[in-house]
Amino acid sequence: MANAPTMTDAQGLPVFLDMHEHDHEAGGSTMLGFWIYLMSDCLIFAMLFAAYGLFGTSYAGGPKASEIFELPLVAVNTSMLLLSSITYGFAMIAMQDRKKSAVLIWLAITGLFGAAFVGIELSEFAHLIGEGATPQRSAFLSSFFTLVSTHGLHVSFGIIWLITLMVQVGRYGLTAANQRRLMCLSLFWHFLDVIWIGVFTFVYLLGVLR
Amino acid sequence: MSLELPKIIFGRFTLDALPIHEPILVGTFVGVAIGGIALLTALTYFKCWTYLWKEWFTSVDHKRIGVMYMVLGLVMFLRGFSDAIMMRAQQSMAFGANQGFLPAHHYDQVFTAHGVIMIFFVAMPFVTGLMNFVVPLQIGARDVSFPFLNNFSFWMTTMGAVIVMMSLFVGEFARTGWLAMAPLSELDYSPDVGVDYYIWALQIAGVGTLLSGINLVCTIVKMRAPGMNLMKMPVFTWTALCTNVLIVAAFPILTAVLVLLSLDRYVGTHFFTNSGGGNYMLYTNMIWIWGHPEVYILILPAFGVFSEVTSTFSSKRLFGYTSMVYATLVITILSYLVWLHHFFTMGSGASVNSFFGITTMIISIPTGAKLFNWLFTMFRGRIRFELPMMWTVAFMLTFTIGGMTGVMLAVPPADFVLHNSLFLVAHFHNVIIGGVLFGMFAGINYWWPKAFGFKLDPFWGKVSFWLWVPGFWVAFTPLYVLGLMGVTRRLRHFDDPSLQIWFLIAAFGAAMIAAGIAAMLYQYYVSIRDRNTPRLRDFTGDPWGGRTLEWATSSPPPAYNFAFTPIIHDLDAYADMKERGYARPEAGFRPILMPKNTPAGLILAVLAAGFGVAMIWYVWWLAALCFVSLVGYAIFHTFTYDREFHIPESEVRETEAARTQQLLAAGA
Amino acid sequence: MSAAHDHGHDGHPPVTRSGYLIGFGLSVVLTAIPFWLVMTGTLGSAAATGYTIMGFALVQVVVHAIFFLHLNPKAESGWQFMALIFTIVVVVITLIGSLWVMYHMNVNMMPGTADSASGM
Repeated sequence: MANAPTMTDAQGLPVFLDMHEHDHEAGGSTMLGFWIYLMSDCLIFAMLFAAYGLFGTSYAGGPKASEIFELPLVAVNTSMLLLSSITYGFAMIAMQDRKKSAVLIWLAITGLFGAAFVGIELSEFAHLIGEGATPQRSAFLSSFFTLVSTHGLHVSFGIIWLITLMVQVGRYGLTAANQRRLMCLSLFWHFLDVIWIGVFTFVYLLGVLR
Repeated sequence: MSLELPKIIFGRFTLDALPIHEPILVGTFVGVAIGGIALLTALTYFKCWTYLWKEWFTSVDHKRIGVMYMVLGLVMFLRGFSDAIMMRAQQSMAFGANQGFLPAHHYDQVFTAHGVIMIFFVAMPFVTGLMNFVVPLQIGARDVSFPFLNNFSFWMTTMGAVIVMMSLFVGEFARTGWLAMAPLSELDYSPDVGVDYYIWALQIAGVGTLLSGINLVCTIVKMRAPGMNLMKMPVFTWTALCTNVLIVAAFPILTAVLVLLSLDRYVGTHFFTNSGGGNYMLYTNMIWIWGHPEVYILILPAFGVFSEVTSTFSSKRLFGYTSMVYATLVITILSYLVWLHHFFTMGSGASVNSFFGITTMIISIPTGAKLFNWLFTMFRGRIRFELPMMWTVAFMLTFTIGGMTGVMLAVPPADFVLHNSLFLVAHFHNVIIGGVLFGMFAGINYWWPKAFGFKLDPFWGKVSFWLWVPGFWVAFTPLYVLGLMGVTRRLRHFDDPSLQIWFLIAAFGAAMIAAGIAAMLYQYYVSIRDRNTPRLRDFTGDPWGGRTLEWATSSPPPAYNFAFTPIIHDLDAYADMKERGYARPEAGFRPILMPKNTPAGLILAVLAAGFGVAMIWYVWWLAALCFVSLVGYAIFHTFTYDREFHIPESEVRETEAARTQQLLAAGA
Repeated sequence: MSAAHDHGHDGHPPVTRSGYLIGFGLSVVLTAIPFWLVMTGTLGSAAATGYTIMGFALVQVVVHAIFFLHLNPKAESGWQFMALIFTIVVVVITLIGSLWVMYHMNVNMMPGTADSASGM
């Protein structure tokens, strides 16, 4: 408590009011609040993982996991997301160094990797649906598409958010509010990475093993 | 083409969706329309719109939002209760040849709507409203962590309620029971709009609930006045913290389950279907993982109210504060370990059932500890039996019995007999009415003077109390009896005439409750009418001899709550201030930084509701339009950086001078 | 408001380039090995491969949490970490609990189909 108000006065009598309070900075709760939101999001994913865990082999006579997953494609996709993580990290370092243009460049690169990730995922989906492995085919495919596309939707929203932030940083600079927003998006982006670790391990790799 | 165009524009909405062939609904609609037009005319005539818009609808003040939540809860309570009366009337007359007055199609909607409304749009708004109003005051804060989000949350909850109300007159509501269990709620068995109304009302309200949960957790964690460490937090704030933690950790599960159900209905996936490898018991399992914490979300703040009330009206410190806090924490964790007791009969077998049966019984231990704490607080206290205390005592008696029938249901073999019987219905009404609702009534009577500056009329409050409490027992004891005799819930018609007497008694009890509600509304009316009489008016801001910080400021509190942030030395902060000679400063004020009002929350919520309604009726173009506008407007809103303003020092000085005058007038 | 004072800088230590690079290197390795194990079948048995890659996933989650999410038990007076621990507890309870409950139901109510859990 660096600036904690005094609890007792010079005579040792209790002080009941902070008479010298300064405006507390806005947004002091934002990072914690956003973190708590991420934790709640985590529970949505937990339920989707639970559904996939239950339906992982409910093929209903349809295609099996090992027949439809293409691991090389998933590996490429995973690398897109990992690369976007490190580039977002570089954006954060640039932000710390107060280099606005570097922040914008790294954010743009991050967005491109993110878009590549979503694009590859969509082409994978298109391919599966073309083969008749649609979400309507079996509970296994329902839970697969739901889990993976929920993650993909999050990434897509992350990209929209990222573009918004690029405009805001470009227009208003690295203000305290914008820095806070960049840090929130950083948490969001890396959180999606962590979810993806679960997805490629439990859905794709273990799916192929089964 | 001529056939296709209306379908594209209106989705599956046709004029047949308007229930013009159901006299009860037409009558209701006429009543609502006349009442609504009268209200709107009155508001226009008395030029209230600008005031409402500026001071309430766009307000980010936690106190105003809290009051609006309470109003929402009260309005929806009347709707939910009229459903209850219809059910009681139907069941008391539909024997043998008499089919009663409700066709099955309508009756099924009534019991579904009753459950949904009472939990989501009565109990939740009451609880959230009370927390919103009280918590920042109790911790010495000027507002919540995210004031704009708070306004948005309120409007999302309201829009959920609006969607449910809409289903009354446009289309129909779900006929599935309040949890919309699969596969009944799947498209195969519920092809109509009812379940879609259910889904979108809950999803939209759920966003509001989740965000207000995050908001209040952050507020309690980050905004406490200096010196208020965790073990100096008032018990109500503690229970609010635990409740909001539960909200944050439980509502996403409801969201996920409803998403999966919507995918089944809209996309044709196979999560909860009978075919395609789906498993409808997963729905039951998942929704109760949310559902059980939900009942603790409702009851914990009520426990908090009782703690505050017992200590205040016994004029002494709460007995066993530490054990109260730990009991609350234990309940918070345990509430995640009992969900299967709602479906012992599903067939998970002895090992699973005994695990969940035992955890369920364990949860009664911390609850029992709380009860003993309240009793010991009263022991040798100077108890003043004002209305809040009366409701608290009624709660202790009622809730204990409800809790004991709960332990009976927690025994798996007994549950195989009692599952889905009227015994269960009696049990959960016993704990939710006797616990949550009585708690809210205690809270309303307790904090009303803080919110408005005058007390509620005690006479009509007591009339209401003495109608409500015996009325509750007359209404629900017969259901216990019927349940033990094996009568199942949600029945519209009975063959065995020997049962009728019990339903008649229950209907009489419901009528007593109705009179109790009428007395309560009259109590509000009388109190508002006589607000300036010395009998009710309170200038001190501390009408009950309160012990916690909210009583340190004026009633109603100024927009900024406290001119100076209090410093906390003791658990009962205000009692400590009074005891050790706290002197209210009358000079030295500073400008205070406060959040600005904004209409953004209301606009976003309306767009969300538009999206929901469009999805319900398959009006895809409107859904897309609303969704894009929603995202677009949200992005636009983030470009508003200037969200705060200073209340000038002069205004603070004037407000505080007025307060000084009030205190002088009160002779304090 | 006390919190606003002692978290003037959100309690987060500055991020460093080397931190991100170490994290990135580790996560590349921790991603590559499971893919390699599954695609080549080096370990032979599917069960052994399964448990190994789950172990790798767990380690990688921790790596990401430390180097990318900058989790730190002291940030936000420990509340961030506490929220994480609580969430992990709830996730474990709900995930494992659901699978346990549903598995037993399948065994009891749908004998014969339970081991493949294929429904129908």
